[in-house]
Amino acid sequence: MCFWQERVMHFEIMHKLWASTYKELLLLLRDLGGIAILFVMPMLLLIVITLVQDSTFKTISDITIPVLLVDNDKGEVSKNIIDNLSESNSFQILQKDSEEEAKEAVFAGKYQLAIVIPESLSTSLQKKVNQNVEGILSKFGLEEDSLLVKKETIPVKEVRLYFDPATQVSFKSSVKNGIDKMISKIETQSIYKAFQSELGEDEDESIFDTENFIAFKEILPTKNNEEIVPNSAQHNVPAWTLFAIFFIIVPLSINLVKEKNQGTFVRLRTQPVNYATVLGGKTIVYLGVCLIQFTLMLLVGIYIFPAIGLPVVDVTGKLFLLYVVAIFSGLAAIGLGLLLGTIAKTQEQAAPFGATTVVILAALGGVWVPVFVMPKFMQLISKISPMNWGLEAFYDVFLRNVSFVKILPEISLLLLFFLLTILIAIIYNRSKNAV
Amino acid sequence: MIQINQLSKKYKGAEVFSVKDLDLKVEKGEIYGLLGPNGAGKTTLISMLTSLLKPTSGTFTIDDLNFKEHKNELKQLIGIVPQEYALYPTLTAYENLEYFGSMYGINGGALKKSIQHHLEIMGLSKFANKKTATFSGGMKRRVNLIAGILHQPKVLFLDEPTVGVDVQSKNVIIDHLKYLNKQGTTIVYTSHHLNEAEIFCTRVAIIDNGEIIVEGVPSELINNHVAANNLEDVFLARTGNALRDYA
Repeated sequence: MCFWQERVMHFEIMHKLWASTYKELLLLLRDLGGIAILFVMPMLLLIVITLVQDSTFKTISDITIPVLLVDNDKGEVSKNIIDNLSESNSFQILQKDSEEEAKEAVFAGKYQLAIVIPESLSTSLQKKVNQNVEGILSKFGLEEDSLLVKKETIPVKEVRLYFDPATQVSFKSSVKNGIDKMISKIETQSIYKAFQSELGEDEDESIFDTENFIAFKEILPTKNNEEIVPNSAQHNVPAWTLFAIFFIIVPLSINLVKEKNQGTFVRLRTQPVNYATVLGGKTIVYLGVCLIQFTLMLLVGIYIFPAIGLPVVDVTGKLFLLYVVAIFSGLAAIGLGLLLGTIAKTQEQAAPFGATTVVILAALGGVWVPVFVMPKFMQLISKISPMNWGLEAFYDVFLRNVSFVKILPEISLLLLFFLLTILIAIIYNRSKNAV
Repeated sequence: MIQINQLSKKYKGAEVFSVKDLDLKVEKGEIYGLLGPNGAGKTTLISMLTSLLKPTSGTFTIDDLNFKEHKNELKQLIGIVPQEYALYPTLTAYENLEYFGSMYGINGGALKKSIQHHLEIMGLSKFANKKTATFSGGMKRRVNLIAGILHQPKVLFLDEPTVGVDVQSKNVIIDHLKYLNKQGTTIVYTSHHLNEAEIFCTRVAIIDNGEIIVEGVPSELINNHVAANNLEDVFLARTGNALRDYA
């Protein structure tokens, strides 16, 4: 083939690709309802999810949960527990007289939690601590009547917690941990006090520092010497934007099935145009849709979130990388949509399968539950979810403040996924329509 | 122009051949009618000749080009008017034709001129910018026909091009096909309208059970059949009166 023939052929392919793209654009523009759904629904989804999840990102002091408390002890320890709970500002303490009453209210879903402090907890704890301290001191010969120390059996006391069965496991765990930590602190302080009274001649003299020696500090990534504090917006915008981008699978696969059912695809098969060109036109238009979706969702994060009391999405200095990730995520989603549309025979097959696939990919990708809390097996599977690659790339840019090189592995995987799905679609189409 | 040798098609899972060892020759400039009852194999034959179906066995050439070796050249050479309206309902007639014309590699002024010319002849100029979803059956058929002839094919295949249209639309379609034939286009068409075929076709073949049972010039077929006054009589005499329902 000579140079000019090649040029003519190249021009012809480009012309057909342009015509396919223009046709797809017209088809999309003629379906205003469809466009509205494509752009408005993801924005609505983002706002609703962020509003719902915003509380989980706020510190515990920002939320006050009403808690029932039954104080059967009425001693120093129970007073300490009540004071600690009240001071935490996380709980509004509502005292009840009977355990049964509290239990019924919680199990009926009226309250999420009831705490029952057992009878004579303070005296038992004091006895136990004194017994242990005296036992230790007698070993060192410091106790005056060491030989006379007689061990009394003190029954174990339990603080009972009642949770509403509908309460989420994560909430239960964090409350249990908090109360456990508080009780441990009370126990430790009682031990210190017992030693102090046994060893110190002056009651006011401080022998032990009862404050925690080991403290925790969370070190966050910094940008311009300022810590980047993750908030619900920074987490939700990438996750749900990706979810919306992948939902393009549904209209795209339906678009292809429609072509097959309305006979236009039959005509195309008799024409001198290859399937890749047909898919190329759809890819260009739907990639444009993905990018408009992405832009709208960023705008929601920047302008609408602060207006409704949500944290603003900070995209300063990140826009280029964010669009790079959006383009490659969009391509991966389009590839999957075109493959599904090529294989599906009816809209009834394409729509539910496409929607369910997106939800599964989102679950595997870590959109709802972080990958690290998944079982080991699921963590492995999540590594092959394109939504996981996209989400990690978005988090890299949004929260980890990385450079282009760092997101290269993820966007390369997304591109490979696109090429692979398109290749399978072309091969499948050829095998089905081979002449 | 078209040379078919021992062409057969048996669908996956089917017990019988839809087209069986079919030999056929269509000369350049002919209007060749493929007639037959439902399920006779007409559409299957046309589908194989237009690259939509893979033959089980046999070969064919169009303009001396073998279908296996010159697939793309053949696609450029032929035009097809399918039985269903192969159009985008939300696009206008012009946009539909512009797209399908582009897929044949026509562009720019040549494409525009061709579309306007055919729309004018088919009486659709004033509806060029209307969505085809709003068109009547006859108008859709005419746009469907134009989409298959924009690139001036050497051979035009039509699968029941006048089914479900009014007499006026039918006449416009047939007249235009005659015009195209005069311009040098060889036409192969299937139809259930035997009166139309009798007048329109230079030669016809009656197909039944995937085989040609009789072939010739319509007037000769009528004359050769005792008690046959028209092509329909010949058709019934050769294919019988039994219903051909199938699913």
